[in-house]
Amino acid sequence: MALGFDHDPEALELELLLDGIYRRYGFDFRGYATASLRRRVWRRANLEGLDTITQLLDRVLHDQSVLERLMKDLSINVTEMFRDPSFHRALREKAFPLLRTYPFLRVWNAGCSTGEEAYSVAIALHEEGLLDRARIYATDMNESALAQARSGAFPLERMQDYTENYLRSGGTRSFSEYYVARGTSAVFDPELARNVVFAQHNLATDRSFNEFHVIICRNVMIYFGRDLQRHVHELFLDSLVPLGVLGLGRKEAIGPPEIAQRYEPLDPTEKLFRRRR
Amino acid sequence: MRDLVAIGASWGGLHAIGTVLGSVPADLPAAIVVAQHRGSDHDLLAPLLDKVSRLPVRDADDKDPLEPGTVLVAPRQYHLLVEGDSVALSTDEPVAFSRPSIDVLFETAASARGERVIGVILSGANADGAAGLAAIRRRGGVAIVQDPGTAERPEMPQAALAACPDARVRRLEEIGPELGRICVGAAR
Repeated sequence: MALGFDHDPEALELELLLDGIYRRYGFDFRGYATASLRRRVWRRANLEGLDTITQLLDRVLHDQSVLERLMKDLSINVTEMFRDPSFHRALREKAFPLLRTYPFLRVWNAGCSTGEEAYSVAIALHEEGLLDRARIYATDMNESALAQARSGAFPLERMQDYTENYLRSGGTRSFSEYYVARGTSAVFDPELARNVVFAQHNLATDRSFNEFHVIICRNVMIYFGRDLQRHVHELFLDSLVPLGVLGLGRKEAIGPPEIAQRYEPLDPTEKLFRRRR
Repeated sequence: MRDLVAIGASWGGLHAIGTVLGSVPADLPAAIVVAQHRGSDHDLLAPLLDKVSRLPVRDADDKDPLEPGTVLVAPRQYHLLVEGDSVALSTDEPVAFSRPSIDVLFETAASARGERVIGVILSGANADGAAGLAAIRRRGGVAIVQDPGTAERPEMPQAALAACPDARVRRLEEIGPELGRICVGAAR
């Protein structure tokens, strides 16, 4: 009898691990794309000195500290300031002008990880004179990523790359105006974060919590399976005002056809869309 | 049935991959996925390969389906992974300084497709892909390595052969037709 795991028993171990984590602790990774998840799980198993994913399940169920390390591995995504400068340029040149008529702006940076993108958006809004009437809700499921984001401190060694990104994104000032060097960190001007709210939110399990004029969610849904992607797209539709703007990662689709038809392209190359009325 | 071809290359890869894609049968009954190391600004790889390839070539979007007769290239600054009957992308840290990483593509292809995978290592100046090619062999797939003597840079084929001593060693112009024979022969 073929039960479906013949050629890949490890897929069964991964399912059992995710099921165990969900039933014991409530963290739900069951809808995630498995290929990159499996790599991250193996990385943790290797660091713990374990030989199988089943051994990792055993450790996770009996030792909370192993669970915490695994959660960190599974939930923190690598990001950078003004990643894909052409996206940030399109945001500034094509999306922001549409927002000038609103007396108050709500921006949702969903899956903000360690905060680099939220600060990038805050800088661009500031330079376009919109930050004072904006509030950026930067959310992530991982508290330790949010703690790092709230600190406003990023590695100083990255500033050369970020400065180049910033200039290519249409930045109008000198990037170094925005931070001071402190040891190995670049600490960003707290004024930028005055209208930024860093808060915990899990796209897989939490609901919409406000209505937004802009939602930016880049390279987050690539870690989700198709069903979870659809769920999040529905969440975003529920959370966007009519004519609100959605920004995705450079290689992400706007979702299944019934979702895609709810949007019109604003800059399809840069994956900027506008919700129809 | 072998219906997924995974190709990895680095230095010298544009020419090498172009030669392979220019000499596969136009009715190849397999999907092709490609990881080529390159600079972070280089967006022209897929269009350049598309010009010389007998099969349509494009940058992969997340969750693009694997379709026979089409070539999906890892976009710059992303890892390309095989996820069931589709591809997936990740922005995880570079692996051995590389994003895309050939090992990531090959290992996920081996996990998802087992013996249906043919892994091909071409010219390059580092060891990326060696572990991935060995993973493909362990799962019963086919390993093909460009003859190091005919590669613009031999280091990557040599590393792949060290990890995979029973790989088929082929001159560059032999690889495209051989892919055709393996996939078509197995389909009949």
